[in-house]
Amino acid sequence: MEPIIQVDNLAKHYRVYKKQEGLLASVRGLFNRKYRQVAAVDGVSFEIEKGEMVAFLGPNGAGKTTTLKLLSGLIYPTQGEATVLGFTPWQRKNEYRRRFSLVMGQKNQLWWDLPASESFRLHQQIYRIENSAYKQRIDELTSLLSVQKLIDQPVRELSLGERMRMELIASLLHQPEVLFLDEPTIGLDVVSQRAVHEFLKYYQTQRQITVILTSHYMKDVEALCQRAIFINGGRIQYDGPLSQIVDEFSADKVVTLQFRQEIPNDIGRFGEVVSKDDAGRLKIKVPRNAISSVLAEVFQDHQIDDISVQDQPLEDVIAVLFANQVETSDSEVQQGVSADV
Amino acid sequence: MSETAAPSTVQRSWLKERLSLIWVILTTCMEERLTYRADFAFATLVRFLPIVTQIFLWGAIFSIESSQPISNLRGYSYGDMVSYYLLVMLSRAFSSMPGLASGIAADITNGAIKRYLIQPIDLLTYLFWHRVAHKLVYYFVAAIPFALVFWMCRGYFDNVPSSAEVWAAYVLSLLIGFLIGFLLESLIGFVAFWFLEVSSLLFVYMMLNYFLSGHMIPLDWLPESISLIIRYLPFQYLAYFPASIFLGKIPPDQLVTELSIAVGWVIVLYGANCLAYHRGIRRYSAYGG
Repeated sequence: MEPIIQVDNLAKHYRVYKKQEGLLASVRGLFNRKYRQVAAVDGVSFEIEKGEMVAFLGPNGAGKTTTLKLLSGLIYPTQGEATVLGFTPWQRKNEYRRRFSLVMGQKNQLWWDLPASESFRLHQQIYRIENSAYKQRIDELTSLLSVQKLIDQPVRELSLGERMRMELIASLLHQPEVLFLDEPTIGLDVVSQRAVHEFLKYYQTQRQITVILTSHYMKDVEALCQRAIFINGGRIQYDGPLSQIVDEFSADKVVTLQFRQEIPNDIGRFGEVVSKDDAGRLKIKVPRNAISSVLAEVFQDHQIDDISVQDQPLEDVIAVLFANQVETSDSEVQQGVSADV
Repeated sequence: MSETAAPSTVQRSWLKERLSLIWVILTTCMEERLTYRADFAFATLVRFLPIVTQIFLWGAIFSIESSQPISNLRGYSYGDMVSYYLLVMLSRAFSSMPGLASGIAADITNGAIKRYLIQPIDLLTYLFWHRVAHKLVYYFVAAIPFALVFWMCRGYFDNVPSSAEVWAAYVLSLLIGFLIGFLLESLIGFVAFWFLEVSSLLFVYMMLNYFLSGHMIPLDWLPESISLIIRYLPFQYLAYFPASIFLGKIPPDQLVTELSIAVGWVIVLYGANCLAYHRGIRRYSAYGG
């Protein structure tokens, strides 16, 4: 079967006005402007099959949102090709626009002063949804997200979490086959976050829609996605199972040891100590390939009551990845500076 | 999830779909407008103050005591002046578009315009019916005060048009005024695709509008050379043109020609809007998003 989303060497470069500091420079800037090229997306390729739920990971400014904007047809690429459901997104054909949805956590598409039901009614007309189907979908979606009672209340009176659920309903009314979610849980409390996760998971399984999700909450990603695409500096750094990110990018495992006596002083020679306490509990980062030799040595010299060996939490691995990548992407931007008038 | 994967959109006739979309936009926007009804009603009433002051102003000018008492200013008696002014206010109730250009500019700057790129709906269509809804609510609120003012000043209207043709032309000119007012302001709003800030441009437009539409003084007071230029601009249709039809300043045999020119302006401005919007979106998609 053809993949639903095909992206081939897609790039988006922006020309950014480079302002120098100071008044004199501002005046000079009126006549002679210096621009620099910023590669928001710099040649990415991937394919997504029907029914996949894929996470875009990467630090701020990595190119995640730009990629979503390209795929939803908001912007034209500088180079490269993409098709979604067989359409080129930036041609913005109505046939395509009736079949996908973009939800941006920070953007509101509902009427602020009116109940959500009014916005839904407008969506019904925009997407030409038949009355009976419309009623059925509203009932279904509002009960899944438990917001039936709030649908007739002005949107401005809803909490952020309730509003986000209404946004989701609005974007799913026309039953999109492809759904782009840009930070859908930003600013939500744990309960609302979980409600959104559970809903998305259920809905996706039922409908087999294809979803791309960007999020900075690893909880979102872990709850929903099997596959992750790690983007940085506009390029794909990793594309594969989420579970393998830890294997691929983390050389260490976390070993937790419960000593019967005091923790020996020279324990630091085995690896970086993460934490230790007076009760003899120690957490230490040990390189993967050294685990067995370290454990053998520790067991030989000390009495150990309890032991566990774990992967580093995904969040920590990603955090380290982000930190490393930000440095490299900064240097790339420097190279991209060009002066043209 | 009981629905099967049946096609979610069922074919209906194009016209019916179009009409029901318009109907929902209209009703929803009217509802939205009525949310802040107290504020809205107050703003509407306050707009009547300038009418009263203007009537007093012209009263004072006409009663200046000098060697030659003013009974006629370039063909306008005091009564003509009052009726002209009231008719101009009525024209403007159709052609003025408060907040349209700045609203579009804000949508472009803050990214709300994305919605019209993602969803299968045209921005201009939406804005148009949104504005129609606002106007309808406005007439609903302002009808009584307008009627009251006209009734109080009924003595100044010497020759109310008697022929159905002139009345029809008058109503048509008001509707054209609405269209031209809408298209001019939306065009200014679209300039925000190129320059993020349009408030000074809007200010210049307001000034030109005030003077060139005949809002300030009747356009036939201006020297021949200037009024010749003004005749080739679209601003007169916002205020002067409907009033002059009502007051019989346009001979009946020229009504069709004059109205055709006005319709020509609507077509030209509509074309300009489409062009600006599509170019603007291209630019937006290339640079911003």
